Amino acid sequence: MSVEQTVEAVPQVLAARNQPRPDSPAGLWLQRHLPNLVLTPSLLAIGLFVYGFILWTIYLSFTRSKILPVYAFVGTEAHQRLWSTPNWYKALENLAIFGSLYIIICLALGLFLAILIDQKIRGEGLFRPIFLYPMALSFIVTGTAWKWFLNPGYGLQKTVQDWGWTSFTFDWISSTDMAIYTVVIAGVWQVSGFVMAMFLAGLRGIDNDMLRAAQIDGASAFNTYRRIVIPQLRPIFLSAFVVLAHMAIKSYDLVVALTGGGPGNATELPATFMYSYTFTRNQMAIGAASAVVMLAIIAAVIIPYLYLELKEKKS
Amino acid sequence: MSAAAGARGLSLGRIVLYAILGLFAIFYMLPLFVMIVTSFKSLDEIRLGDMLGLPQQPTADAWFAAWQTSCIGLTCEGLKGYFWNSIKMVVPAVFISTILGSLNGYVLTKWRFPGHRWVFALMLFGCFIPFQSVLVPMALILGKLGIAGTTAGLVLVHVVYGLGFTTLFFRNYYEAFPNELIRAAQIDGASFFQIFRRIMLPSSGPIIVVTVIFQFTNIWNDFLFGASFASGDSAPMTVALNNLVNTSTGVREYNVYMAAAIIAALPTLLVYIISGRYFVRGLMAGAVKG
Repeated sequence: MSVEQTVEAVPQVLAARNQPRPDSPAGLWLQRHLPNLVLTPSLLAIGLFVYGFILWTIYLSFTRSKILPVYAFVGTEAHQRLWSTPNWYKALENLAIFGSLYIIICLALGLFLAILIDQKIRGEGLFRPIFLYPMALSFIVTGTAWKWFLNPGYGLQKTVQDWGWTSFTFDWISSTDMAIYTVVIAGVWQVSGFVMAMFLAGLRGIDNDMLRAAQIDGASAFNTYRRIVIPQLRPIFLSAFVVLAHMAIKSYDLVVALTGGGPGNATELPATFMYSYTFTRNQMAIGAASAVVMLAIIAAVIIPYLYLELKEKKS
Repeated sequence: MSAAAGARGLSLGRIVLYAILGLFAIFYMLPLFVMIVTSFKSLDEIRLGDMLGLPQQPTADAWFAAWQTSCIGLTCEGLKGYFWNSIKMVVPAVFISTILGSLNGYVLTKWRFPGHRWVFALMLFGCFIPFQSVLVPMALILGKLGIAGTTAGLVLVHVVYGLGFTTLFFRNYYEAFPNELIRAAQIDGASFFQIFRRIMLPSSGPIIVVTVIFQFTNIWNDFLFGASFASGDSAPMTVALNNLVNTSTGVREYNVYMAAAIIAALPTLLVYIISGRYFVRGLMAGAVKG
């Protein structure tokens, strides 16, 4: 805290120091305000492009905008139409299925792999990058690869059948009921290695003495993890949850490349719903209303988290 | 935390451990493996099945087709033009957003003003908004500015929405930087920019690498902005790849699709292979933990 106070006092020190100099008043003013002038363009940009645009979108959701924006305020009409669109409920239902499985599987798999890698194994330098590299890929690339891999006519199903297991079927990607789970598989494939890396960093930060003490007390490896290690990873669980939830709600590219939202509307998500209503179905007001709902969901996850994070750093 | 299992011989448990790790390694490698072998097969060979088999008569035709002759939209000139579009978009966007982020981080840590914490929180929340909630106004403004559907427009978009992250990276890094050094320099009469150039920047190497990699990966891999704001010939790589794979008519050339997907992935994969450590650090820092 004291450090901060000194830092805040620094500009005054500078100003005082410079006063005797033969500077023009304009130069002095510039010197004193330079830091703020440097920050200002970024602040204006974020103020306009983030917060201004959000307000603009919220306003559009209270109009009758179709292909082009119109600015006559008509109240909650678009919101009411949004919430009476079956497709929107399908998108929310899919988000619930996809989001919960995506988060839970990534957390479980990430933790599991991190614990395995943390067993002083040989070849850690080999396994870790293999688990993590999909994170470097675009979701479009991931979707393209998995679309091919899951293609019933050429991909996994055909290959296993050719091996002699002729009754093997794996046609989720073309099934209305199961297609959403292929999005989960591809999503988990892409991101779980990253969750592993987060947990691994957490595991490496745990105090060894406590674990040795537990071992001396005769605790089994399983109990050591359950009682001592995993509870200490709580902050990582929180960070990983927030990152995953945020990615799930924003998921757009992966669905577009993997299933295109289909078959039918089987893999519609809020993000694809928003895009198609705004840009291809020319229902801008409804698209804006759906974007407002997406923003509200994300804000509900992110704001408490940021609050906790920033408060922690302050103390 | 590694004390739990000491280095023992090859017990049964160890064998199971390696077997599980090996299985997962296969799970993560398989799609990439399938992409690579498919891209070197001819269409006839692909129709025979056996996705996992090595190409019998390896051919790079699909790669040449993807790069030079595949049809995207109405033109059949391959991905090469779109690859350059992405380069022309990524380089300035990464450069500008990194410079601004470092300056912002410098001001937010070393030239604090009342309310700096609020300013930072507002910038940070900007990182996490769903871009769907700014898409329409952005399209309208880009149209007004006359840069709708151009690479310049995409650069602007990526700079603006990358600022929060770059500022976050530099702020957390500069926070640990000793204030005494800054004060000493001030007493010696060093100006705001002199301190930044002579003291902050020379010691910012690692965080610059982290930021550049993070921004490069994010912007190269972006699809939503590219699909919304860049049309036709100015589309970036990801949009072109998606158009190639999902809107082409006629014979589905899976070998070309796979070659195209690998080409689209290559720059970020290379960055990852060359500097994996920094890549991971950027991802972690992006999860707010500084």
